[in-house]
Amino acid sequence: MADIMVDKAPEPVSSAALRRQMLKEFWFYFSENRGAVIGLFVFLLLVVVAVLAPLIAPHSPFEQYRDAVLVPPIWTEGGRAGYLLGTDPVGRDILSRLIYGAQYSLFIGVFVTTLSLTGGILVGLIAGYYRGWVDTVIMRLMDIILAFPSLLLALVLVAILGPSLTNGMIAIALTLQPHFVRLTRAAVMAEKTRDYVTAARLAGAGPLRLMFRTILPNCTAPLIVQATLSFSNAILDAAALGFLGMGAQPPAPEWGTMLAEAREFILRAWWVVTFPGLAILITVLAINLMGDGLRDALDPKLKRS
Amino acid sequence: MALLQIDNLTVEFETATGWFKAVDGVSMSVEKGEVLAIVGESGSGKSVAMLAVMGLLPWTAKITADQMLFEGRDIQKISPAERRKLIGKDIAMIFQEPIASLNPCFTVGFQIEEVLRIHLGLDKKERRARAIELFKQVGLPNPEERLNHFPHQMSGGQCQRVMIAIAIACNPKLLIADEPTTALDVTIQKQILDLIMSLQAKNGMGLIMITHDMGVVAETADRVVVQYKGRKMEEADVLSLFESPKSNYTKALLAALPENATGDRLTTVSAFFDGNPEPTPGVSA
Amino acid sequence: MTENTMLEVRDIKRDYELPGGLFKPKKIIHAVKGVSFKLERGKTLAIVGESGCGKSTLARMITFIDEPTSGDLLIDGKKVDTRPGHLTQEMRQKVQIVFQNPYGSLNPRQKIGDVLGEPLAINTGMSAEERRHRANEMLKKVGLGPEHYNRYPHMFSGGQRQRIAIARALMMNPKLLVLDEPVSALDLSVQAQVLNLLADLQDEFGLTYVFISHDLSVVRYIADEVMVMYFGEAVEYGTRDEVFSDPKHEYTRTLFAATPRADIESIRARIARKNAAKAVA
Repeated sequence: MADIMVDKAPEPVSSAALRRQMLKEFWFYFSENRGAVIGLFVFLLLVVVAVLAPLIAPHSPFEQYRDAVLVPPIWTEGGRAGYLLGTDPVGRDILSRLIYGAQYSLFIGVFVTTLSLTGGILVGLIAGYYRGWVDTVIMRLMDIILAFPSLLLALVLVAILGPSLTNGMIAIALTLQPHFVRLTRAAVMAEKTRDYVTAARLAGAGPLRLMFRTILPNCTAPLIVQATLSFSNAILDAAALGFLGMGAQPPAPEWGTMLAEAREFILRAWWVVTFPGLAILITVLAINLMGDGLRDALDPKLKRS
Repeated sequence: MALLQIDNLTVEFETATGWFKAVDGVSMSVEKGEVLAIVGESGSGKSVAMLAVMGLLPWTAKITADQMLFEGRDIQKISPAERRKLIGKDIAMIFQEPIASLNPCFTVGFQIEEVLRIHLGLDKKERRARAIELFKQVGLPNPEERLNHFPHQMSGGQCQRVMIAIAIACNPKLLIADEPTTALDVTIQKQILDLIMSLQAKNGMGLIMITHDMGVVAETADRVVVQYKGRKMEEADVLSLFESPKSNYTKALLAALPENATGDRLTTVSAFFDGNPEPTPGVSA
Repeated sequence: MTENTMLEVRDIKRDYELPGGLFKPKKIIHAVKGVSFKLERGKTLAIVGESGCGKSTLARMITFIDEPTSGDLLIDGKKVDTRPGHLTQEMRQKVQIVFQNPYGSLNPRQKIGDVLGEPLAINTGMSAEERRHRANEMLKKVGLGPEHYNRYPHMFSGGQRQRIAIARALMMNPKLLVLDEPVSALDLSVQAQVLNLLADLQDEFGLTYVFISHDLSVVRYIADEVMVMYFGEAVEYGTRDEVFSDPKHEYTRTLFAATPRADIESIRARIARKNAAKAVA
């Protein structure tokens, strides 16, 4: 009684082969987007740089070379061999600071995203699953958070909690969270009406099992995409907070803080602001491009054929 | 000269596992005033072939054909502008999901008048009059009022009537109906099929009816093409197809109809079809 | 007679409330307006009707997904308390459902083995090993094999998925199976296989079926009794032969007349009509 529609193509049997095939399929759709591949490579490079920072960096990020204050980059007039991208107003090597700064950026991205993702998923699941007044209360609260300009809200929170990188990250996570809540809620509401959820309910599954085992795994694709976008947002916001003096505190080589310290030298020494700015730009762009490709690969609605 | 003649059409899509042939070397033709049914199950490529003719496939599809002649002109060779003129005017198509095929943002009157403006260049008054006439033709009550309705205010059957009105607005020579009644209830299906058949007879259009339903084939077709996995299994006039099917696949399909059940179990396709289109000696339905 | 009744439905009703907006009053929709029937053990009742006639709502009430507004539901001679939270585990296990759309009824992120094992894991204290054994046995019964245990739903065709959905419904040994258009999303050839499978399983387990469908040819093939629903009411109810040979209600006759006929005589007649029309013109 075998179905005639069974494909003759060899089907993977072991779960390892299955995973390989799914990965292959993912890569096929992901790699169709060239920008995404470039973004991925830039991001991977960034990770490598961050991890190997102590080995790569030519100098310590904190060491102040009094004899080399505001040295321009090596290829311009007055550049010195030891300082590839020049030095800042107190004689620290900019390249080394940027390399160590990558550690900060990645840490901020991971921490903020994890925090807002878990919080958002939890709250969104509850709102989307129970609906009714619980949903109304939660969503209006999220609307209020969204009504503030996110940076302003983060500033207020930091002002209350006190300026430090940790508090800044918590504040940013809080402002990013409503996006996850909304996304999770929408996905949960859509999935909840599907027959497989009803079937699980008929099998006797309780609300917790339904929420976390049945529904949540099917809502991950949009969340992963949103997570990558938040990752870049978090880096950007943290840099902005740093620039305003409310995030990482000097002498930490955080990119936004570096910009802030260099503010007054913008006209005299272009390199002290250009390179941290470029680092932020490239990182955020790469992650956003990657997020685009992830959406192409994970969102079945966009899949062709 | 045939109205539409397709020779050796192949359509391929690139997937993660390589090129996939949705249509594999299919040839067929429709005469003026003839009803051709293309019947097949899902994945048989029955819709894809017609979408290729209409130029409605995504750019990822690779289309090759020896020739695709419409009234003697090869539609592969004409410019996109000429093709757009042809499609919607001389070749029209109706789809399976009537509600989804209409734009929810505009009234149905606007949508039908748009077709009349683009293809026939009628002025406002003429358009209105023609739209009302068309709505009357497809049996929509209160046509003047209906023109101001949005798709969501109508039922599926009514939306399909609007789609048909739009399709026949420019008196097409060929109408392609892609599962036009699959999403509809049986009683509505009957009405819509009757409507399509009466319009076909009256206007003398060629009609290609794409369907998976043997009942619809029996009720509408003059000639039938049976497709399976992108290949043509059999082509015959409707009576001989049902009376003495040649291909094993057709035999199997007919045997699987519940109304043809002989014992207390149905005959399944795999019982005498192994994917081979040629009749095997010693097997009969 | 009574001890052989598997399912009895007495004047069951279901109303839906459309919440009113700021300026429009609440609207009550009567989806099912008082339906009664009795179904014997091991028999198949087909409920026929077009979209919106209330047949799916009826199915959802029989499977305790929706609560009836009024009316009684007796399963195995026992009255079921359908209020949420009052349903006994035993009752729940007696009735299972197979949905229409095989693409929506299986969790895309759940392996087939887990799909089948889930009811056992929730309701029984079975070990993982035993669950696996039972699931594999059931896979064999529905025409699949142990090699399918570790696969995901998207790797199966529609017919195979429907087999899996049937297997899942049977895992807890139910007595009554509600089949909500189980073959209408399937291709003709696959439809025949699934219908045969259902017949085989009915013989093997002595199952009682409530078969919801809009396809009269399928109903004629599978049903012992037929009920035709129209706007929430049962307009026709009787044995298959009664209903098909002598339909009483106007709507039933319309339905029969509208069903496309694929027999050779009707094709001949149609072609003759067409030629005659051509000759006149």
